[in-house]
Amino acid sequence: MNELLEFISNNLELIYILILAIFIGVELIKNVPSVLHTPLMSGANALSGVVIVGALLVMLQANPKDYLSLGLGFVAVVLGIINVIGGFAVTDRMLQMFKKKK
Amino acid sequence: MNITLSIIYLIATVTFVIGLKMLGHPETAKKGNLIAAVGMILAIIGTIFLHDFEVPSINYILIGAALLVGTIVGWLIAIKVEMTKMPELVSLFNGFGGASAMLIGVVEYGNKVGDAMQTSTVIAAIAIGSITFTGSLIAWAKLNGSMKDIRLPKYNLLNNIVLLGLIAFSTYIVMMGGNHFFLIYILLFASLVYGILFVIPIGGADMPVVISLLNSLTGIAAAITGILYGNMVMLVGGILVGSAGLILTFVMCDAMNRSLSNVIFGAFGGGGDTGGIAAVGKTGGTVKKTTASDSAILLNYANKVVIVPGYGLAVAQAQHVIHELELLLTSKGIDVSYAIHPVAGRMPGHMNVLLAESNVDYDKLIEMDDINPQFANTDVVLVVGANDVVNPAAHNDPSSPIYGMPILDVENAKHIIINKRSMNAGYAGIQNELFFNQKTSMLFGDAKAALTDLVSELKNM
Repeated sequence: MNELLEFISNNLELIYILILAIFIGVELIKNVPSVLHTPLMSGANALSGVVIVGALLVMLQANPKDYLSLGLGFVAVVLGIINVIGGFAVTDRMLQMFKKKK
Repeated sequence: MNITLSIIYLIATVTFVIGLKMLGHPETAKKGNLIAAVGMILAIIGTIFLHDFEVPSINYILIGAALLVGTIVGWLIAIKVEMTKMPELVSLFNGFGGASAMLIGVVEYGNKVGDAMQTSTVIAAIAIGSITFTGSLIAWAKLNGSMKDIRLPKYNLLNNIVLLGLIAFSTYIVMMGGNHFFLIYILLFASLVYGILFVIPIGGADMPVVISLLNSLTGIAAAITGILYGNMVMLVGGILVGSAGLILTFVMCDAMNRSLSNVIFGAFGGGGDTGGIAAVGKTGGTVKKTTASDSAILLNYANKVVIVPGYGLAVAQAQHVIHELELLLTSKGIDVSYAIHPVAGRMPGHMNVLLAESNVDYDKLIEMDDINPQFANTDVVLVVGANDVVNPAAHNDPSSPIYGMPILDVENAKHIIINKRSMNAGYAGIQNELFFNQKTSMLFGDAKAALTDLVSELKNM
């Protein structure tokens, strides 16, 4: 219990950010027309690829002799970047089709 | 942390918020996606070059190689995929993101020994990451059609026991403290299995909801890893996706008039046996077949035609032919529009993407609530490859699994032409009494072939 309270007092800013971010996320999406649900899901999916930053940190900090960390980090970076690049590219392709024709 | 890097992360975070906001409006969506992408690339480049620890060159080479491989693979998949395969693809990419979070957790467990708070963050990253990984792969396989729904006996009970077990076991690892790699591997394995168990009983028609939910979970996994590193861009980016994904999940459930728990626990056709028998008994009537030339005559003398496109249209790659048909009818002075059910296709908004791909005018796509009152003065409704979204059982058969789902009220129109390959039940596996309606004529055949015939018949009139 003490540990939890300590964590809260040490990370108060983090907790504020967390809560505000939750509300922003909800507000941003609430009134989106269903036409855009598919591209939106795909775009949000690309954003969740931000996890790649963590994968990069793993690889940057790994001891070059630590093959397990390097190997797992390598796979994590590959999968993360596929998520990012593929996600944004495919969302762009989808939205390209919505372009208003004059 | 390097101040330049902090500023880059701040900029990236703002681009995520703006990008997500702009993705929600048709005119700005494309730009929003690009803005978020630029922010993401900035964050990635910044992370690689602007840190303050010593990095051996071999690590840099490996990072470069990993980025190169992943970029090429991701790019190729993205430009090659057919638009009909979009839901599968989102699911697959999402699984990759989850797997990435899982691997980070596994590596970092060894580095963060001792601190209970950090250990629980690592464990949460591993558990959520692996559940989204295998869950997304199962969703992908199901949408692909390469996997059927499998229901183990008492699967709800079984799944809940496994979930509770996972939580209890995680708590145990945190309480134990210290370094227990063996336990972590057990946790990893159990989470991977739970991901499979969780998605496997859920019916194919509910997959979009599941994908959206899993997408939200990947965001949460990313945010948790962000807490681990005290990294703001991961934290905020992840939470944004997490909460946006969750809201989107509820919006989709609303469109089908079902609750989330009903989707997850009361998988479609849960009472499948009784539903099936009732449907057979009720739909024993006769079906009226029609030909392309008869349908063409019907269409030719109509004043108002509404086209109801479904996934079958997309599978047959008939988006372009239907656009040709629409232009032909319009040139004859007939009022033509498309009725778009919120969950037409395999994902909300999927049908809009497919029709936009074949240059159908955006203004011709009418949403369900606007088109429903118009069916009464519609002469001909042409249903192509859609089934469940026009099934009157949603209105009048309380035993039907789709009872209560809002549908397109096509039965109010004067004539209904339904194009289908055969009399097989729809994706949700339910029989449709609309096919036996007196006003209905069935135009059997592949959507593309049938519509092509229809177009050539019309041209000769």
